[in-house]
Amino acid sequence: MPVNQPKIIQEPRESIDIEKFIRENYGWMLALAESMLGERGTAEDTVQEALIKALNALPNFEHRSSVKTWLRRITVNQTITTMRKLKRLSEVTLDEHQPEFDNFGCRIEEKWDSFPTPEQLLEQKHTRQFIEKALKSLPQSYSIVVRLRDVEGYNTSEVADLLGVSESNVKVRLHRARSALKKILEPVLRREGAES
Amino acid sequence: MSTKFDVIKRRVKRVMLKSLPGMITCREFENFIVDYLEGTLPETQIKLLERHIKICRECKDYLAAYQLTTKLSAALKVAPDEPVPSDVPQDLIDAVANSVASSFNPPRQAKKDSSE
Ligand SMILES: [Zn+2]
Repeated sequence: MPVNQPKIIQEPRESIDIEKFIRENYGWMLALAESMLGERGTAEDTVQEALIKALNALPNFEHRSSVKTWLRRITVNQTITTMRKLKRLSEVTLDEHQPEFDNFGCRIEEKWDSFPTPEQLLEQKHTRQFIEKALKSLPQSYSIVVRLRDVEGYNTSEVADLLGVSESNVKVRLHRARSALKKILEPVLRREGAES
Repeated sequence: MSTKFDVIKRRVKRVMLKSLPGMITCREFENFIVDYLEGTLPETQIKLLERHIKICRECKDYLAAYQLTTKLSAALKVAPDEPVPSDVPQDLIDAVANSVASSFNPPRQAKKDSSE
């Protein structure tokens, strides 16, 4: 596994330019925490905590990933801690927008004439906002799983670790959340599919 | 808005799913989706799933739309080169710098495990 990160981080703490480190990373860390939390204020506090943790741990950073990947994980972790403190991750059941079956157990799904590609959809300037809004409409205990698995790209076992739950719990929540998103986004997907 | 033809097709499909050997129902199909997309579904079950899709237009469409949704979610990822707001609050920089400096001595293990 090639290590292509600069070596500065193995230097003693005194030589780390703290201000520079913060200025380089604050923006995306805040955007990330805010997207997960849905609000600026708690996101700012969360990022501050994450920066302190990161800078304290930086001298012992072992290069098993890039610095950004490592910092990203610290940010995600700190955000989950905040969500827990705010009791945002309490288990609720997501029953809305789930797949439908008839009395014989056969799926009910209106015919799709064509599917747009993700690229076609993302060319439309409102698509991203629409997806963000759809994700925000889900209970946070569900949207967090989509954010970690599908947005951040952690694998299922990493998501289970981050949330402190079993992999099967992650999969159940992931499936329900994705199903709901599909349903909510459907009008946009179908419209775009019809136009292309 | 289903036509008579659709109704007949559904009936035929239902019978096929019930009576043909090696078929799974739409509900069973539903339970395979996550593992199928994770690439962790066992080979024998992949075969069942793929056979189901050949007969079931609904599940085929559903899976395609579901996958598309999953790909769209990925577009929300905040890039690490997100433009940094010019106004990183100075009090935040100070607070972080102070906190890090105060934990500098004595040298110690990095705060238990930053990944908690
Ligand atoms: Zn089916």
